[in-house]
Amino acid sequence: MAKIVVDVMLKPEILDPQGKAVAAALPRLGFTFAKDVRQGKRFEIEVDGEPTAAQLAEVEAAAEKLLSNPVIENFTVRVEK
Amino acid sequence: MKIGVVTFPGTLDDRDAARAVRHAGGEAIALWHNDADLHGVDAVILPGGFSYGDYLRCGAISRFSPVMEPIIKAAQGGMPLLGICNGFQVLAEAHLIPGALTRNHELHFLCHDQKLTIENGNTAWTSSYSQGQEVVIPLKNGEGAYMCDDETLAMLEGEGRIVARYVGENPNGSRNLIAGVTNERGNIVGLMPHPEHAIDSLTGPSADGLGFFTSVLKAMVQ
Amino acid sequence: MSLDTVAIAEANPDAPQPFAELGLKPDEYARIKEILGRRPTSSELAMYSVMWSEHCSYKSSKVHLKQFGDKAVKTDALLVGIGENAGVVDVGQGYAVTFKIESHNHPSFIEPYQGAATGVGGIVRDILTMGARPIAVMDPLRFGPADAADTRRVLPGIVAGVGGYGNCLGLPNIGGEVVFDETYLGNPLVNALCVGVMKHSDIKLAKAAGAGNLVVLYGAKTGGDGIGGVSVLASETFESKGPAKRPAVQVGDPFVEKVLIECSLEIFAEDLVVGIQDLGGAGLSCATSELASGGSGGMKVQLDKVPLRDPSLSPEEILMSESQERMCAIVEPSKVARFLEICEKWDVTVTVIGEVTDGNHLEITWNGELIVDVPPRTVAHDGPVYNRPLAQPAYIDEVAEEVINVPIPSTAAEIRETVLKLAATPNLADKSWVTDQYDRYVQGNSIQSQPDDSGMVRIDENTHLGVAVATDANANWSYLNPYEGAKLALAEAARNIATAGAKPLAVTNCLNFGSPEDPGVMWQFAESVRGLADGCLEMGLPVTGGNVSFYNQTGAVAILPTPVIGVLGVIDDVRTRTPMSFDRAGLDLYLLGETANDLAGSEWAYMHKQRGGVAPIADLQREMRLIELLVAGRTKKIFTAAHDLSQGGLSATLTEMVLRYNTGATVQLDNVGISLLSETPGRVVVAIDPTQTAALTQEAATQKIAVTKIGVTGGDSLIINDAKISLTELRAAHTETFKKLFG
Repeated sequence: MAKIVVDVMLKPEILDPQGKAVAAALPRLGFTFAKDVRQGKRFEIEVDGEPTAAQLAEVEAAAEKLLSNPVIENFTVRVEK
Repeated sequence: MKIGVVTFPGTLDDRDAARAVRHAGGEAIALWHNDADLHGVDAVILPGGFSYGDYLRCGAISRFSPVMEPIIKAAQGGMPLLGICNGFQVLAEAHLIPGALTRNHELHFLCHDQKLTIENGNTAWTSSYSQGQEVVIPLKNGEGAYMCDDETLAMLEGEGRIVARYVGENPNGSRNLIAGVTNERGNIVGLMPHPEHAIDSLTGPSADGLGFFTSVLKAMVQ
Repeated sequence: MSLDTVAIAEANPDAPQPFAELGLKPDEYARIKEILGRRPTSSELAMYSVMWSEHCSYKSSKVHLKQFGDKAVKTDALLVGIGENAGVVDVGQGYAVTFKIESHNHPSFIEPYQGAATGVGGIVRDILTMGARPIAVMDPLRFGPADAADTRRVLPGIVAGVGGYGNCLGLPNIGGEVVFDETYLGNPLVNALCVGVMKHSDIKLAKAAGAGNLVVLYGAKTGGDGIGGVSVLASETFESKGPAKRPAVQVGDPFVEKVLIECSLEIFAEDLVVGIQDLGGAGLSCATSELASGGSGGMKVQLDKVPLRDPSLSPEEILMSESQERMCAIVEPSKVARFLEICEKWDVTVTVIGEVTDGNHLEITWNGELIVDVPPRTVAHDGPVYNRPLAQPAYIDEVAEEVINVPIPSTAAEIRETVLKLAATPNLADKSWVTDQYDRYVQGNSIQSQPDDSGMVRIDENTHLGVAVATDANANWSYLNPYEGAKLALAEAARNIATAGAKPLAVTNCLNFGSPEDPGVMWQFAESVRGLADGCLEMGLPVTGGNVSFYNQTGAVAILPTPVIGVLGVIDDVRTRTPMSFDRAGLDLYLLGETANDLAGSEWAYMHKQRGGVAPIADLQREMRLIELLVAGRTKKIFTAAHDLSQGGLSATLTEMVLRYNTGATVQLDNVGISLLSETPGRVVVAIDPTQTAALTQEAATQKIAVTKIGVTGGDSLIINDAKISLTELRAAHTETFKKLFG
């Protein structure tokens, strides 16, 4: 069964204190790989059967209206198996 | 003079806002989120709290409540509307004022007595203050950092639409120390600090907050 | 796993059962079989195992806690005593106030945020269950050393959890404690207190009365939270190297509880419930058995009707689940429709799951099959009662021989250094880093909160009637002398109520100790309870309820005995309260009470790693006279300010007073070193207008309390004899500690 995934991230110019906190914590635990970390949200939406183009369009609209705040966030929509 | 105070599920400072209205000499009318009727009020306050548990984003779900429809309409027609803290977040989500409120830059909930300057004494909610008046009002939130793009910021500053500014250290990371903003018309104000908790020095740091509520009563008389 | 029913249990009497894994001892298992006349079903076994755990049944403490009832002072003010969810006292003007303190120690070590959050959630529900609107919370917290790695792990999460849950409920945090000590490393103490207010007629009890009345479950859906949490966690100590006991922690949602509070209060206002119980430790097992045993005697429950978040849960798991934010009400059939309507208005899940019956059976079915048939009292009240062996530990006589040998300042430089050191030490430093994470304003009735001596809330906007609450413990003294330590903590909490001019009225307690299986710990516990009971009787204060937390130890090392005493008081007009400090020059400063050489158990001795010596002996008659003096100081308008002395002695008290409103003081002290550092109990610093000098002298003489002028207020420094410390420097020392430690 497939699901539609919406990823929401703060726009690059918006301060992300949570991402910064994570980036600061990693080296304290011995992880030195990260140059920067940004934190976002992921929505997993279950639909019956295979997602149609119409449904994806609806999800885009829902993401614009509810799942994200376009003033400060960007989003992407994709289908995941 | 009737001032509506909205209760969403999870609203916390509604009774305090109602008390402030009464202290200022007005009549507070409780408005239920699910009831799309303003019951003849002359102004509306969206109080502080954690409506819908801050699920999704603060105020993101409240803004779609049935009561918001007549509120938005009336506000667009000039009705005075004040959003305090969570109420400010609802106003921002509803795009009644520009910008958005995000997580405090130090990630902690912060409650303290905050010095502010009232920078715009011409709105429906601030006429009792003089331009540049310094006040002390409690600030208590976890998501109070005011954000907007450069263009919006320039516009707000240029048009004098910053209603209140933090004095001293930036408590939450707000751009330009912005604590409150207003719309073009000056009837809708969003404010992060809580004037309803500064109505007397017995229960608050000062009585500096009462001015917000006396202002709107004056505005309504006019 | 096939369903284990009563019929199957009767047919297979010898089927092996995992009673030991569930925390039951062989003799307890045998007793269950005796009670039922057969082996228990697995659901019954689950119920008995949680309800007979230490945390739920108080099996090790019951015999000692009896003293609170036996030695109880007769008072009309006590409306509901020990035995209900929380005690209730009459505060006048038709108002009743309920308050209680509880622990959530082990879960907070495992998952700091959720442990602390659900600790707050649980105590708030206990207050709500009494029919009251919760109006405030307090949080006495104890951690390992401030700079220990594990403290840095647990403290921020615990503070965030207390704030996150309490703030979202709209409850002002009006005070608490933050204490650091090696003893709590690995065993942080998270005690949470809640106060609620109602009218006398609103009091609700946990009784399922009236056969035919319905059992209604409302609130959050039931999931797999905290399964086995109660019996597994609270009754076993942590192995020093053992694996983290992860799965048993509950997760809370304060929004659901806020809605639950508003929904319940509307239900109470329309008088729709006959009895009510919240679901806390042991969840449904507890609620059903307690409600049934408190009422008509019996109950029938259809467990399959319980709304589930996780459909895979077995009946045993549902019975043991500690999912948060759930309540169980007993409702007359004629009132159920309205009950359901109010739940719908607030969008609260609600289900009728059973009915009250006469007789002695709690019968629970699962899809028609009988899986539980027990006499409810045997589950809820007639659990095992242990008379655990006690023995005064060897250390008691040993430490009494220790002589405290610490540097005593005398020169100006030494005085400066000492005062600054104490101001900056984590136990005495400014706690704003913690308390600024708590909303202290919501509900608009907070009159006092941290760093004042007590939290104070106005309960009537017109008459300005108010209540004050303080919590205190002194583990150093309890270690040296558990009997006196408990009395001294009681006296301190009562004194903290009185400095503002409120009258102490009732007591709650959270008794945090090591393993009851250790005779030395059990002796500490017994002595502490005896001291508290004797002290409460002497002071005329009823114990309204409380909580016992055992097994706070790692391996064989128990925490220092830490009985936390909470005192509630009443003040007729909050506007007349005596503030903690002064904001103007020209006032005279007096020390009430005499100072002896009491360095044993002091902060200064602790800082020099000396924990021995002889604890002070409580003089409760004198403490009571001091309380009278403090109340008179308010009612007769003698005092401008009053602040009590405790950890850190006079040095800490003066530091806190001058920094509160940024007004200095000039003080002259004889025997300056001991005067600053001693922690003799029963002392308060007051500031008076010089015109009140005669009044103070007279009042103090009436109460036979020593009074000594020590100085005057004013200036921008704290001056003690020849030592001068600017307020700027003092404030820096006082406020930088937490920032440096926790960021």
